[in-house]
Order: sequence, then structure tokens, then C-alpha cells
Amino acid sequence: MRVGLFVTCLVDLMRPSVGFAALRLLEAAGADVVVPPAQTCCGQPAYNSGDRKDARALAAKLVAEFEDCDFLVAPSGSCSGMIRTHYGDLFADDAAMTARVAALAAKTRELTDFLVHETKLDRVPGRFDGSVTYHDSCAGLREMGTKRQPRALLARVEGLELKEMADCETCCGFGGTFALKFGEISSRLADNKCAHIAATAADAVVLGDVGCMLNIEGRMRRLGNAKTQVLHVAEVLAGDRPASAGDPAA
Amino acid sequence: MQVASMHFKARAHANLYDERLQSKLKRLEAKFVAKRRASLHEVDDFEATREAGKGIRDRALDNLDVWLQLFERNATARGATVLFAETPADINALVLEIAAKHRVQKIIKSKSMVSEESALDHAIEAAGLTVVETDLGEYILQINNYEPPSHIIGPALHKSKEEVAELFHKTHGTPIKTGIEELCREARGVLRQHYLAADMGITGGNFFVAETGSVVLVTNEGNATLATTLPKVHIAISGIEKIVPTLEDVATLMRLLPRSATGQSISNYVDILTGTKGEGEFHGAEHMYFIVVDCGRTDVLASEVRAALRCIRCGACMNHCPVYQNVGGHSYGWVYPGPIGSILTPMYVGLDKAQDLPAASTMCNQCGVVCPVKIPLPDLQRKLREQAFERHLRPWYERMGHAAWSWMALRPAVYALGTRLAVNVLKAMGGRAGLIHRIPFAGGWTDGRDMPAPPGRTFRDQYRQMSRQPSRQQQGVRR
Repeated sequence: MRVGLFVTCLVDLMRPSVGFAALRLLEAAGADVVVPPAQTCCGQPAYNSGDRKDARALAAKLVAEFEDCDFLVAPSGSCSGMIRTHYGDLFADDAAMTARVAALAAKTRELTDFLVHETKLDRVPGRFDGSVTYHDSCAGLREMGTKRQPRALLARVEGLELKEMADCETCCGFGGTFALKFGEISSRLADNKCAHIAATAADAVVLGDVGCMLNIEGRMRRLGNAKTQVLHVAEVLAGDRPASAGDPAA
Repeated sequence: MQVASMHFKARAHANLYDERLQSKLKRLEAKFVAKRRASLHEVDDFEATREAGKGIRDRALDNLDVWLQLFERNATARGATVLFAETPADINALVLEIAAKHRVQKIIKSKSMVSEESALDHAIEAAGLTVVETDLGEYILQINNYEPPSHIIGPALHKSKEEVAELFHKTHGTPIKTGIEELCREARGVLRQHYLAADMGITGGNFFVAETGSVVLVTNEGNATLATTLPKVHIAISGIEKIVPTLEDVATLMRLLPRSATGQSISNYVDILTGTKGEGEFHGAEHMYFIVVDCGRTDVLASEVRAALRCIRCGACMNHCPVYQNVGGHSYGWVYPGPIGSILTPMYVGLDKAQDLPAASTMCNQCGVVCPVKIPLPDLQRKLREQAFERHLRPWYERMGHAAWSWMALRPAVYALGTRLAVNVLKAMGGRAGLIHRIPFAGGWTDGRDMPAPPGRTFRDQYRQMSRQPSRQQQGVRR
């Protein structure tokens, strides 16, 4: 099974450890992983800012890079959601592209969903001695149906205890460029999220999208909480810590 | 109503730090969200009912002209007069004409958001007539010098019990009350006098039923029932899109509306009013008028955001919106706040006056998930963002930023180089703690948050290096 790993631009730049964790998990699950080397951005920032032309160009680039794979897997509900639920809209007037996009959309998966439904991952390599709470990022939850999959996998991590927070499905306030354009509102939404996380007294908040991680961690640190870890679900499942995995050559 | 949507950011800022408002907004969850959730189980298949509701609304919109003509014919046959208002000024002019014709001095009104679009109460008062709002929330706002509503079904949601007590004390000259029940009793006593003295009642209209020529009114206080049966003249004002083909359709939509709005199985009152008081009939107005309002709706019908006209005004989108829940309805600056307002306001008053509204959304799609008629609200917001982009309404630095990113992302070699440099700079900026406190041109982020610094080498660079190592290749990892 040939799996194309879409690393996503935020992982590529801001949190490479998530990409390596995803790679490790996919390999552990028996997938033959390819990482198309020219991949960049799925086009979501352009799309949600109203720039259809650039979004289309980036989408066409991505489709060409991944359509040979049996699956496209991304460690992100947001980017996989962009491909699966929005690429069609971008090419509604182009019959040839519509067919190609539909084919790719049908084999696009969010990482945890792929691990649970398409593979037989017998053993989750990670170990976590402590408690975590899970935040359901919006696109993963409402576009990709990611809800039970990460929890099912986390339940298999040795030493890990899951403590659910209140309003775990409420937006953290990231919203892509919304966080920049309406920073004050965005920060308030992040405040509410941080308060719910703190109320669980969990050692870490775990989630599946790096954008939301940056938002939550950024606000948490600004508010003076240096302790609660903010981890990607792939990092926890793979047992990779960002500090070590971030620079394996070091 | 005066448009203040261009001041969204400033208003949102003020409201985020208004503690009294914030404490009221915190109650949205218990007041609406939890009750809605609990009520869904009463319907065997709520999802299928939503789908049916969407179908009914689309069927109406697809042949709106035909249904409107049928409505007009059936309403006229039952003795009512159907009038069409193209602009907000037309609504006010028609109401005043009708009032003059029947020598009306005093008007009572039950809730009508459409009449807020044209600031009808002000026009009535300017003509020297008296108007009294009878929906408790609207009444509170009226006696507070016509404060704008902050929610489409709970217009005075932002007001505390204490503020209302103070207002009643000041306006009615009665001793100050403390309990909500006492306050309601006082309002009821005051309003009862107005009902009995009024010559005309004005209501909104939740639905106009084409097959019978009826208007359906959904209320909890019974004020619409009194306002339509006691005075001799009744005017129902609502948008052209409120038409539904049949009473059977109303039954389906009524399974959705109260549950989505307040979590009620059915509202306390549902009035279905058809025609004038006939021979030997006890109830009803002697003269009945419908003012069917366009005010931008035909433009929406012909646009990419047409699905917004399915709206049945339950308020679920705003109740569930994390932005609305934190900034409150007044931030949006016009009649309709929240996600549905972020579509309707730019369409009705102009995108140039309200372009922040469709942008001020995280697109979390909680609104789309709860909408009883499945309006894809974030998709519609995006359509308006596209229009704002095409019309160059967004600031130059935003456009530049996006253009630069897309240009680079389309050229992998440039992208690899650019991101390699960027992550090094960001890493250095993060210092030992790995947190960036300030990023030039990204104050929107760093005013309220740190930016966790990247480790300094992109995934791309690390992966390429790893793939060159023979041990890695043996594990079957390809480049």
C-alpha cells in the first residue's frame, strides 16, 4: 500500500517532529510511505482569504503530486479537510479536474483516521507517563469526522490517562489568518480553551493540527503557563518528543 | 437601522472587556445550547428532518415568484391586502398610508426584525403617531431610547435584570422591583392598557403560507395573539423569502424552529392567521394587510449566497458561534448578528460597509452543523471573502502577504530556500525559551500570544538528509 505523506506547510516549518512521528507511525502500520519532495501548501490560506486563483493553482499542484498514491495521509484535519471537502468547489467548472480531484478526495485521510480504519497497527510505539486532554480541532471534527479515532489510539498508549475537558469541540480561535486579522478575539477564544485545559490538570493537551497547537501554546505561554505540554497526537503515539525529533541530525 | 458594521473591530474590542455583557453572554450555553441539545432527541430522526426542512425552503426559493403570486391570490380571496415593499423606505411609507387610511393614532407591535431594517418605529413616531413594542425584550429596548437588539430571538439578551428593573422604575414611576416574575407582571399590566387602546397591530411573519394565504407567528409571550386580534387593523411584515408552499411544510419546519431556537418542543403560542374577521366570527382584525419585503432579497436570490435565504431565524448559528459568544450581537453593527448576519448584512447594506463580518469567523462550522435548514454558513462567508478580494476591499499588506506566500509555494525550490531562511530567523528570535514575543507585521498574533519558535530546520531539509543515510533506505523509505 503506497501512502503519500502530505507533511503540510505548518509541520514542515514549525513542527517537523510531527512529520517524522507520522512517518514512523505509518511505517509501523506497514505502509509503503512516499514523501513527494516538491510538496508545499494545500492552498487553504489563499482559499479562505478569497483568492480562488492562487488556491486553484496550489490545489492543481498538489493533486498532480499525490494522485498516484493509494492514499494521501496528512497529520492535520484542516489540510486533509481542505483537500477532501473543498477542492471540488475550486474546480467546479473543469470536468477533467473535477474527476481527478474527486478521485484524490476519496483517498485522502487524516492520520489517526487512516491508522484506525485502513491499517492494522498492532502496537502503538509511544509511551506517555501522565495525563492528557484532547482538543477536537474544528476541521478534523466537522469535515473529516475525527473524534473517536485519536481517542482509540491514545487509549493504547502505555501509561497515558485521558481526561476530557469541557467544550473540547469548541474552536480554539485559530482559524488560519483569522488569528492575525482578529487577534484580540482569537486570543479570547484561546483563553477559554486554556481555562478548560487547566481545569483538567492534565500534563498535556493533545490535538491533531499544528495551527491550533501554535495558537493554544502561544496563548498559554503568554499567560505564564510554562508547564502544560502542547503535543500533536502523532508525537504522543509515536513516542517522539519535539526536542529530540526536531533535529535528529544533532 | 443605522449601519455600524464598519466598526466591528472597535465594538468587539469594547465588548470583550465589558464585564456585565460578558456575564450575560456566558449564559448562552445554558439558555440555548444545552436546551437545544436536549430537545433533539424528541425527534426520531433530526438529521432527516433538517434535510426535509432544507428541501422545503429550497422548493420555495426555486419558484419564489410563483409561490408569491399564489400567496397573494389566496390572501386576497380571504379579504386581506397584499402589498410589496422594495426598499426600507417603502415599508415605512406603506405602514403610514395604511395608518392614515384607517385614522390610526396608536399602534402596538409584536416582534419584527424586518421592521428594524427600515427603523419603522422612528418613522411612525416622526409621523406623530404612537407605537408600543409588546415583545418584552423589544419593549425594554424601546424604553431605553431604542437601543438596538443584540440577538434575533432574544433582543434584550444583553440586559441584566437589574438594568431592566431600573428602566421600569424610571419609565413607569413604580417602586423598583427585584424578581423577574414581578418585572414581568409589571410589564404585563402596563402593556395590557396599550393593547386595549390601540387601533392597529403590526407583527412580523415567521412564515407566509402560499396555499392558504396565511401568516404564521411563533411567539412565547402571547403578545402577537393580542396584537392581531384586539385592534381593528393588522399588518404583517416579512421578507419575500418567508414563503412556504403548504401548511404541511409549516408542520415540518415547526419541528425544527422552536427546538433549534430555545430547545422547546413547540413555542408557547403559534398563531396561524388567515384573512379578515368574517361574518359571525369572533376573532381577527377587520382589516388585514401583508407587507412583503424585498430590501435586497432578490439580489441575494440571484447571488452565490442564495442559501442564506433558507434561514428561518432560529438564532442557533449565533448561539453556537464562538465569536458571537464572546463579542455579543452589538459588535456586528446592524439588525442581524452572528454567522447569518455576517452574510445578510453585507448583502443588504453593502459589502464595503460590512466586509469585516464574513472575515470575522474562524470557519469552525459549528453554525453550519446546527443550522436547522443546513445553510453552509462558512462556505457563504468564503464567497463574500472572494468578492471582497476581487473588489480589492482588503488592505494592501494582507493581499501582499497572501500573494507572496502563494507565489513561493508554487515554486518548490524558492519555497525550500525561503522557508529554510525563515525558520532560522524564527528560531533565533525564539531565544533559549523557544518563544517569540514579538514579530514585526504580525502584531495581530503577538499582541496576545507568543509564537512557539520552530526548531530551525524544516522537515524537508531533515528528511532529505535522513533519506541519504543507507540505514534509512534499507527501512524502505523513499525520497
